[in-house]
Amino acid sequence: MLFATELVGASAYDSQEHFVGRVREFFVEPAEQPNRISHFLISRGRFQPLVARYDQVAKVAAGRIDLNVSERSLDAYKPNEGWLAVQKDLMDQQIIDTEGRKVVRVNDVDLAVMRTNEHVELRITQVDVGLPGAMRRLLQGIAPPALVRKLQGKLPQRSIRWEFVNLIEPDPLRRVKLRITHEKLEDLHPADLAEMMEELSAAERQGIIASLDEETAAKVLAELDERLTTQIVEKLDPEKAADILEEMAPDAAADLLADLPKETSEELLEEMPNLEAEEVRELLSYDSSTAGGMMNTQFAYVSEASPREEVLGWLRKQDFNLEQLDTIVLVDAHAQFSGTVPVARMLLAAPEQLMSDLKTEPLVSITPDANEKDVFELFDKYNLRMLTVIDEERRPIGTVTVDDVVSRLVNA
Amino acid sequence: MNLTTINNLIDRIRGRTLTFFSAGNQWRRRIALFLAVIGPGIITSNVDNDAGGIATYTQAGSAYGYSLLWSLIPMTIALYVTMEMCSRMGVITGKGLSDLIREEFGFRSTFFVMITGFLVDLGNVVAEFAGVAAAAQIFGVSKYIAVPLAAVAVWVLVLKGTYRQVEVVFLIACVFYLSYLFSALLSHPDWLLAARMTVIPTIHFDVSYLITLTALVGTTIAPWQFFYLQASFVEKKVGPRQYPQARLDVLLGSISCMVIVFFIIICTAATLHASGLTNITDAGEAAKALVPLAGKWAALTFAFGLLNASLFAATILPLSTAHVICEGMGFEAGIDHKFREAPAFYWLYTILIVVGAGIVMIPNVPLWKIFIFSQVGNGVWLPIVVIFILLLVNRKDLMGEHTNTVMFNVVAWITAVAMIVLTFVLVGQGIYQWARGVPG
Repeated sequence: MLFATELVGASAYDSQEHFVGRVREFFVEPAEQPNRISHFLISRGRFQPLVARYDQVAKVAAGRIDLNVSERSLDAYKPNEGWLAVQKDLMDQQIIDTEGRKVVRVNDVDLAVMRTNEHVELRITQVDVGLPGAMRRLLQGIAPPALVRKLQGKLPQRSIRWEFVNLIEPDPLRRVKLRITHEKLEDLHPADLAEMMEELSAAERQGIIASLDEETAAKVLAELDERLTTQIVEKLDPEKAADILEEMAPDAAADLLADLPKETSEELLEEMPNLEAEEVRELLSYDSSTAGGMMNTQFAYVSEASPREEVLGWLRKQDFNLEQLDTIVLVDAHAQFSGTVPVARMLLAAPEQLMSDLKTEPLVSITPDANEKDVFELFDKYNLRMLTVIDEERRPIGTVTVDDVVSRLVNA
Repeated sequence: MNLTTINNLIDRIRGRTLTFFSAGNQWRRRIALFLAVIGPGIITSNVDNDAGGIATYTQAGSAYGYSLLWSLIPMTIALYVTMEMCSRMGVITGKGLSDLIREEFGFRSTFFVMITGFLVDLGNVVAEFAGVAAAAQIFGVSKYIAVPLAAVAVWVLVLKGTYRQVEVVFLIACVFYLSYLFSALLSHPDWLLAARMTVIPTIHFDVSYLITLTALVGTTIAPWQFFYLQASFVEKKVGPRQYPQARLDVLLGSISCMVIVFFIIICTAATLHASGLTNITDAGEAAKALVPLAGKWAALTFAFGLLNASLFAATILPLSTAHVICEGMGFEAGIDHKFREAPAFYWLYTILIVVGAGIVMIPNVPLWKIFIFSQVGNGVWLPIVVIFILLLVNRKDLMGEHTNTVMFNVVAWITAVAMIVLTFVLVGQGIYQWARGVPG
């Protein structure tokens, strides 16, 4: 095994044992092979730098590379956007460890040496994010290599396998060329991803959100610190931003839009489908510190006269998020609020039992202009999981759920 | 009243203030926008007036009266220019200074910055706790009681608070600097003369005058502040849209810092210098000398200012160092994290405080040697950091359209070179003093 640090500055000799120059950089060409070092950049002082392909390398050791061709058959170096530069793009940069769900900084890159008949290939096996790599970087070229190798054995190892490394590239064109996808990030919990994004730079955050699918992006934005959310949404392409907003729960979308400058939020609302935009607009009209500002307008409500089985059948056909199905709102014959039924109670009830029999007592509701403090007090007093918001005519217009209350209390 | 209650109270005050302003007319809303950002700039520049700074200003005022006041205006500009670049980098890139140095200049440069930073800051932390000891002595409290108490208070504040809460405490500490306004008022200075000396430069070409001038600049612009400033804008999540407010914060900070220096100098000039006490070298001594000259209250406000400044800086310096090292190594950093989430950050913070306060507690320790050592370290550290800043802030790929303008670059490079030259003079003087083996 070799370390990238041991190869930087290595002397390169050609097939006639002539000194060619020093290795300054090496590249991976992800479009060809995701972990193979495909090219070595050999600098020759004031002469034009050359580049050696992986199949032109005969032998590699710490500090020395032997080529199997003569110097004349090497190409002149031309920058290539599709090459990942190990020194520049990987060393010292932040990466996402998709397994450990953390943002870490690369100290060194571990390379495995693979021999074939004519040449030697280097494959990236893992990136070093621990102390051994840091020490190598510090002592390389100062202390004798044998001593460095001996010292590093005493230090605790911390490395990440190459397949779990998710690179972060803000430039979308380069991202495509380097075959960087964020599919693995989409499998992470949105809250974990949001937390990791806070460690990154503004441009990197932007790049990640832009490349996630809308549904994941919406979930991540809902978890992210609101100051960052507004910065990200403002910079997104309005069409993409509107698509993401559409995926969000209306209350979360409204919270986000409320923090944006008026022109930007108007523009985004224009881009959204009318129905969703209307809902969000209505929520925006409430002060954020009131029950109206906390409520979600997507909720399940049924007639109190329906039997339990019929309601279940109807719910199955609807497209509700699970969070919205914790409690069902009941309305009477005048479409006025008449109570709530926890789904847990429906679970235990007989199929023919009427919803009105399963109601929670006492009847608790609140008006949209009520202060958030009143909301907290009701949740505390009645141990609520959900509170119905009603208008002047006692019609249910939204619900406040316990997770809304918890996040308000934590972020207060 | 326990800590959680205090913290909740702080949050409530902050929330109320913001709501009050954002609910009003256009002007009130504008103030609300500013209040949402205010903090890092004002805090960082005021911490420049720490124990070591106050000692230097006292020295300047007592030895040369009003005649060094003119240097405050160029110093305000230098402070603003250098800090503005860091605030801009923090706001635009969303990364700390150490983060950027690591990414752009590699591991060895970062390691050098981290190690010098750690040693220099440790020396500075010792100076701050020495300041606490000196102030406590004037209030008649033994340093063996005051210093441990201060260390615990400072530690708990950062460990238990969130960034927003800690920031409010810091801003209150900034207000307490006004105690120097009262010291100045009570010592009846010649305001007209002071004003004239501030605008009209007078330069003497004698060696000790130049050395005092150098020390004045050297204590005011220190490398740690760039790291702290940028890290707090990042931790506060201030974005590009709030950049105008961030810049205003830095501007107000630079000015307010110099206004306090102005008060300290005229206070000592009107009393100590006027009565021929021109050989005062530390702030505690100055406060004691103020009693017969300007009365008990002038002395007490002066000592209170010293205590406040020392405590304040004893919190921020270790924080800045922890940021430098953790960002450079890629560890989690920031007051908003819990101990468990950012162990390296909090351990560094703890070690700096324990060692810093511990050294002051050792009887008969030659503190002046430590101060000279940290001064020399500063001199080695500052040029490198400033050059890194200038290189980074001009990088198009990092800053986009927010790189320095040509005009700004001219001013910034002149400032950088002047600062570097002055610091080297100071380093030379420190080494000379060390060689002679005498303090002061």
